[in-house]
Amino acid sequence: MPNDDVILVVDAVHATYNHAITALHGVSFKLRRGEILALLGANGAGKTTTPKAVSNLLPAERGHVNAGTIRYDGSDVSRRQPGDLVRAGLVQVLEGRHCFKSLTVEENLVAGGIGRSGRRAEINGDLARIYGYFPRLKEKRRTLSGLTSGGEQQMTAIGRALMSRPRLLVLDEPSMGLAPLIVQDIFQTLRKLNRETGLSILVAEQNSAVALRYADHATVLENGVSVLSGAAAELRQREDVRAFYLGQQASPAAKPAHLHAVA
Amino acid sequence: MIADFDYQFFIEVLVGGLLSGVMYSLVAIGFVLIYKTSGVLNFAQGALLLFAALTFVSLVERGIPFALALVVTFAIMVAIGIAIERTVLRPLTNKPPITLFMATLGLSYIIEGAAQLIWGTQVHGLDLGIEDVPLEIGGVLISQFDIFAAVVAAGMVLLLSLFFRYTRIGLSFRAVADDQFAALAVGLRLPLIWATVWAAAGLVALVAGLLWGARLGVQFSLSLVVLKALPVLVLGGFDSILGAIVGGLLIGASEKLAEVYIGDYFGGGIESWFAYVVALVFLLIRPSGLFGQKLVERI
Repeated sequence: MPNDDVILVVDAVHATYNHAITALHGVSFKLRRGEILALLGANGAGKTTTPKAVSNLLPAERGHVNAGTIRYDGSDVSRRQPGDLVRAGLVQVLEGRHCFKSLTVEENLVAGGIGRSGRRAEINGDLARIYGYFPRLKEKRRTLSGLTSGGEQQMTAIGRALMSRPRLLVLDEPSMGLAPLIVQDIFQTLRKLNRETGLSILVAEQNSAVALRYADHATVLENGVSVLSGAAAELRQREDVRAFYLGQQASPAAKPAHLHAVA
Repeated sequence: MIADFDYQFFIEVLVGGLLSGVMYSLVAIGFVLIYKTSGVLNFAQGALLLFAALTFVSLVERGIPFALALVVTFAIMVAIGIAIERTVLRPLTNKPPITLFMATLGLSYIIEGAAQLIWGTQVHGLDLGIEDVPLEIGGVLISQFDIFAAVVAAGMVLLLSLFFRYTRIGLSFRAVADDQFAALAVGLRLPLIWATVWAAAGLVALVAGLLWGARLGVQFSLSLVVLKALPVLVLGGFDSILGAIVGGLLIGASEKLAEVYIGDYFGGGIESWFAYVVALVFLLIRPSGLFGQKLVERI
């Protein structure tokens, strides 16, 4: 890739499940190093399939990318195992958190460190760092993660991903099922990580209002196609986007048909 | 009638039953290890057990010292376990559980056939050097061999527990058992974990094979002890090591007690099928077993 400040390039990606159900047909966007990109869209728009394609996790769910390319740091992700991508700095926080429920919070975090093949001393150092970002996790470190609250589980899942020292963090619906204050808390921490460490973040999010407040750029998906990309601040101002993705003044007549694809 | 109830005899039967239950637990643990991490009910566990016992006996009969034969057999079992994971199960990843089960069923025939091809079909005696003279403890007669088997089993369970509790690969194992997809997403090395689990199952098969072989003689019906492990698993739950132990003890004790105390009403010999009746009743009352799938979740 000539463009060195771009960490992730998704180009005209098509994806299917079971060779039959099409989930994506034409998703494109770019993510610059050190920025937060929000992936917006309604249910079924491809918000979950896209991040899974980026982490090459689709094959584990009997899906695959059948056209287009995804390049992370210039190399094609479809040729690399998810674990190799993790060790190359691309890690995902799955939709629905997926904590290891019968492991303690700390064991969950350590598992993330093991995934990176980190040394014991490194893992201990990283634990301290993550407890710095999420003090709640330190209090709950000895509790089985299945017994912690939804917000704490989300923090555990994010902390576990951070244990692999990512350069690109992918999050799928981090706000799902959480109280607004906790959602804000989590996004603020992500923002802080982004500002302090230069961590690039791709976040697929149904809660567009929150996502646009914290993201630098956003891409809107509709029925498996990326229909619109732009600066988050601009998108927040646009009437049509506000109407359809932020749920303000719902008027079906203003369907964003006139929006031209920027992808 | 109650007055002349012989407590000493009852305790003797009970202890004998519990100790023989330990032997069932040993076989069941092999199933649990693999089921927990990969969701496969490995029907070939019995064939592996037979293969281990047969290999060991044949090596010893060819004049190889006991300890060396043990090490060599263990190495072979680990190799077989890893080979099965590589060549049979990995290509079938993401297939429905029944496909995997059928694959292990086929595998059990291949392993048994291979064992027959390599080592022949005759029955071998296996002497572990433990004299089976009953010990008298507090007026109760207990088989020395049974005690030995129980101690070995307890030692192995302790070893496995420590391994899974305190090592990195053990933590990874528990993570994979909890949520395979998440384990994949955080970069845990599933093939390494599966290989380790198959190696552990190979070790369990070896220990169980030697103990069972010493008791029954090393012969082809040895692979049928898996059938006795099934009621144990139904009772204890397919995904719990603790369940496998408790289930084994319950099955062992109940079948011995049933044989002695109610066997006469059925014309005797009920020990061989009583375990399945217990399992059936259990399936009707508590299908997930005593310890199975206890989900840690707050709603």
